[in-house]
Amino acid sequence: MTDYVLIVLGSIFINNFITSRFLGICPFLGVSKQVETATGMGLAVTFVMALASGITYWVQKTLVKHDIAFLQTITFILVIAVLVQFVEMVIKKSSPVLYRALGIYLPLITTNCAVLGVTIINVNENYNFLQSVVSGIGGALGFSLLLILFAGIRERLALAPLPKAMEGFPIALITAGLISIAFLGFSGFNLAALLNL
Amino acid sequence: MTKWQIFKNGVFNENPIFRLVLGMCATLAVTTAVVNGLGMGIATTFVLTGSNVIIALLRNFIPQEIRIPAYIVVIATFTTIVDKTMAAILPDLHQVLGIFIPLIVVNCIVLARAEAFASKHNALEATMDGLGMGLGFTLALTMVCVIRELLGTGTLLEARDFGFAGFHLFPEDLGAKLLILPPGAFITLGLLMAGINWFVGRRGEKKDD
Repeated sequence: MTDYVLIVLGSIFINNFITSRFLGICPFLGVSKQVETATGMGLAVTFVMALASGITYWVQKTLVKHDIAFLQTITFILVIAVLVQFVEMVIKKSSPVLYRALGIYLPLITTNCAVLGVTIINVNENYNFLQSVVSGIGGALGFSLLLILFAGIRERLALAPLPKAMEGFPIALITAGLISIAFLGFSGFNLAALLNL
Repeated sequence: MTKWQIFKNGVFNENPIFRLVLGMCATLAVTTAVVNGLGMGIATTFVLTGSNVIIALLRNFIPQEIRIPAYIVVIATFTTIVDKTMAAILPDLHQVLGIFIPLIVVNCIVLARAEAFASKHNALEATMDGLGMGLGFTLALTMVCVIRELLGTGTLLEARDFGFAGFHLFPEDLGAKLLILPPGAFITLGLLMAGINWFVGRRGEKKDD
């Protein structure tokens, strides 16, 4: 049990996808202008990352069994693309409300490197099935947390008077840098010792 | 547009990082040292040019509805080639770049050029576009790298794969360690982008006068 708590807390605070692993920066900068859209994107990513982590675990097993592990990148990205398409269709049929909330974000997720990233990290870390799924969910939660925090800041930033050259991406990057400094405080945090107390 | 203009377009007017703001993950993650930036830039250029050529050649055979998955397969093939080749000949660099080599496949620049350029032009033009965009990406990466490596560690061009210790310009203790940590990536790139916006904006005003 502690294992799973460690993975979740670790991937939210210590190895956060945005602030320390640099995965998923494109949606982080692109879809963070409003808290509402950021929440939608966060939900969609969490859903897809959990599913992708679970499925690619079995895909990797199959690849290794047939001795074709070098096809990892190609198969994983295809699995993710198909999965995203499939999730979109299922949600469209089963829950129009959810579809309206997530709809436009789903196609964007295929090229979100956080999804492919987490599946490759799971393989590199030799996680078992449950650990993979938990690491997918944890990573996505960390991503969503940052995305929503950042959107909150950017909503206010939009009203701030800024030099013309700083508007848009430059100030967003510097703000992200400041958030990253805050998260740097968590690095080197010994979670295992803390949980054993 | 002539071939030269296509090439120049990728390097300056539509620089992938500073103008199009694509491929941010790799830019932020690997720019801790010039060698890493160059390695990533060259790897991406190879994938970009290779996939652009193949997609331009196949553009009349790929059905419209499944073009994106088809592009992704082509891009993933080139990414795998780079990944395995680099692991064989430059193991240290491959170790440092780690997960970001397979992630070239989801680098937005590659898919964006396939969709916006290669699918509408012939193979020669697509080659020039790939090379230009790749060079623009590499140059931008190197700019960020030079600032971060120099100010962060006091050394420039350290390259372990080639047995080169780099130029020590000032002692490491004086370096701003924050620059080689993750926050330094965001802040350096943000300031650099603001500087370029300011420069381009000023040049634009002068032209208007």
